[in-house]
This record gives sequence, C-alpha cells and structure tokens, in this order.
Amino acid sequence: MQEIKVYGVWGSPFSRRVEIALKMKGVEYEFIEEDLENKSDELLMYNPVHKKIPVLVHNGKPVVESSLIMEYIDETWKQNALLPTDPYDRAQVRFWAKFIDDKIMASVGAALLSKGGDISKAKEEMQELLTVLESEITKNKLFGGDKVSFLDIIGLFVAYWVPIVQDILGNHVLTRDKFPGIYEWADVLLDDAFIKKNLPDKDKLIPILRSRFGVKP
Amino acid sequence: MGNKAMLLDFWPSPFGMRTRIALAEKGVKYEYKDEDLSNKSELLLAMNPVHKKIPVFVHNNKPVCESLIIVEYIDEVWSKDKPLLPSDPYLKAQARFWADFADKKVYESGARIWKTKGEEQEKAKKDFIENLTILVQQLGDNPYFGGDTFGYVDVAIIPFYTWFYTFEMAGNFKVEESCPKVIEWAKRCLQRESVKALPDPIKVYDFFLELKKMLGIE
Repeated sequence: MQEIKVYGVWGSPFSRRVEIALKMKGVEYEFIEEDLENKSDELLMYNPVHKKIPVLVHNGKPVVESSLIMEYIDETWKQNALLPTDPYDRAQVRFWAKFIDDKIMASVGAALLSKGGDISKAKEEMQELLTVLESEITKNKLFGGDKVSFLDIIGLFVAYWVPIVQDILGNHVLTRDKFPGIYEWADVLLDDAFIKKNLPDKDKLIPILRSRFGVKP
Repeated sequence: MGNKAMLLDFWPSPFGMRTRIALAEKGVKYEYKDEDLSNKSELLLAMNPVHKKIPVFVHNNKPVCESLIIVEYIDEVWSKDKPLLPSDPYLKAQARFWADFADKKVYESGARIWKTKGEEQEKAKKDFIENLTILVQQLGDNPYFGGDTFGYVDVAIIPFYTWFYTFEMAGNFKVEESCPKVIEWAKRCLQRESVKALPDPIKVYDFFLELKKMLGIE
C-alpha cells in the first residue's frame, strides 16, 4: 500500500507542478494545505533545511525542491514519461528548467514584486531573459512537442502565473506583442484539457495573490 | 558513431573541476581547453550563448552546460562503470538535493567571505561553517557522501576544498578547527587519482590574489 502526501499551498506554482506530475501518472495522493505563516510540525520535520513547500512524502520518505520532486516522480512511476530518454535531450531539459527556475523567476521577483532596488534595470534583465526563452520556445509547439512534458509544467509559472501577477500589479514586461512565441506556447499549453482542469481557478487566485502583495482590490 | 569530447573550462573554477573529476572517474578521453575569461573564445560563446560560462562539455559537437547537469550527463552516457548517481530514485533525489545545497548555501557563503569585510564577513564565515556542518552531517558513518563509494555529491563538493585555503586567508579562520570532519573526508577523496589532479590550493590562492588586483578589490 503506497502512502503519498504532498505538502503545498493551493495558489503556489511550485506545489501545482508536483500535483500535475502525479496526476499525469495517475498517482493518487493526499494534499495537505500549509499555512506559510504558521508552518506545520510535519513540514518542518520533512524539510528542516529549507522549511519550504512543496514536499512529497512517499511512504514516509520526504523529497523536496519542486523540480527534484518531478524527476523523482518520473523515475518512480514510469507511465507517461515527463522527461526524454536520450541523455543529451535530458541535459537540455534540465538546462532550461534551471534557467526558468534560477534566472527567470528571480528576475520576475526583482522586476515585478520588489519594492526596492533598481526597478528599471530589473525590468530590463527580465526582458533579456524572456528574449532568450522566446528564441528557445519557437522551435516547437510545446516543449514536449505534441505532449505536455517536464519543461512545459515547469514553464507554467511563466505561462499562467506571470500574466496574472502582472495584471494585479499593473506592471507588464511579458507582453504578447513583445513575446509572441511565448504567448503562442502558453496558448497551446493553457488550452490543454488536462492542464486547464488542474490549474488554480483565476477568480480564486487573484484575490489571494492581491492580498499577498498588499494590493487593494 | 564518433566519440569526440572536449571540455571548455578554466583551471581554478570549482565548477569546471567537477566535470574534470567525473570524466577522469569514467576514463573518458577528451580535449581540454582552458579559456581566457577576459577574452572568451568564439567557440565558448557559440557553445554557451545563454550564459557564456564555463564549463561546457562538447560531446560529438553538441554542447552540455551547467556543471551538475554535465556530471549527470556523463554518468548517463558512460553508464557501465563507476556509477556516480545511485540507481534508487529516492537516493538519487537526496544526492541531487545535497549537490544543489552545496551550490546555493556552501559555495555562496564561501564566496561571500572573500567578497565582504567587517560584520558582513563575520556573518559570511558563520553561514559558511554552519552550512558546511549541515552538509557534513549527511556523511554519517560513511567514508563518502555516496556511501561506501565516491559519488555525485563527493564530485560536486570536493572542488570547493581547493578554495578553502583562499576562504581561510580572506576570513582569517581555519576550516579544520570548526569542521574537522570535512577535512577528514576531503583528505580521503584526495587519495583518488581524479581528485589528486585538481589544482593546488596555494595556486588557487595566487590566482585569487591576481583576480583581486584585476578587480581592484582591497
């Protein structure tokens, strides 16, 4: 009997990745919603180093860091593979996943969410990084070709969350006219029936993010 | 099928060192090219247009970038002997986690030691030792992070050892005093041919002094 738990936050792109990966494999799990202002003892026990969500606990053993969790899921449940089998292709996927997570995410934070620092420089950097992503994206319909794959799931942050955050803050760096390739990919991805069903509903997400960013409705 | 392999690297880089160790462990023959980072080659810029950084492993004319990604790639291609990553998915996830921790926490705080002064430097030293201590706890009673055998996490971390002397000189402290277990582990790794081939810490420190001069840091 398998026991699978996911500690996450409903609106978080990171815990969503894990849920989507599990659902794509048809794996049943229990979702435990964390209050980040009041983290549970279990969360602190399972992720003592970073104390962050998401955490996947598989038969009592914790795996942390969303992209590592996704690799773990792909290696444990082999149906509907998320990563390619060829080592070179896998290295490319890992490279772009790291680019999105380490570079793009940090720049989105600096350009859109931070109150201090050189905002115009941060926005410029975000533009530059998105331009790199744009050139990589226009090679295929989805990163996985015709199917939703690892990199598409990682990229949901850019496809779904960034436009919503930009609308809330009235601050737009990622735009359809500047980045048609990214929007084209996002359109295909967000139109996928499975993805549509498994993203947090916009109407519910917006007020949550508004309150998190301290923006009045 | 050809098997042309080339490594674009810079000798004092701990990230480049990881890839050198992995290739040596697997007995892969490759051409080594040391880059002048103040005057990057056309090849480097073509092979890593996104980050323009070393190391880049060029295998049959196809580039792989980012040191840990390269190490995993090497492990997957030359998979017959000396596996670096465990085959069990859970242990693999743990190994990847600690290698990432080494980058985001250990190396980051170590580099902060030479980049800062005064109170900031004291905090950097404290963080560095704290993070090193957390990391080293993962050894338990094992000789290596990989358990009985030298593995991915050992490959990821041992290059930082060549920079310890530099951190110690910059911060006026001794790693062995605060974290003797890591020195014990490092000396064990240094018995291996692949690790013996790493640059001498004194040479790394000399490079660092040149770098400081060039950057105009006191």
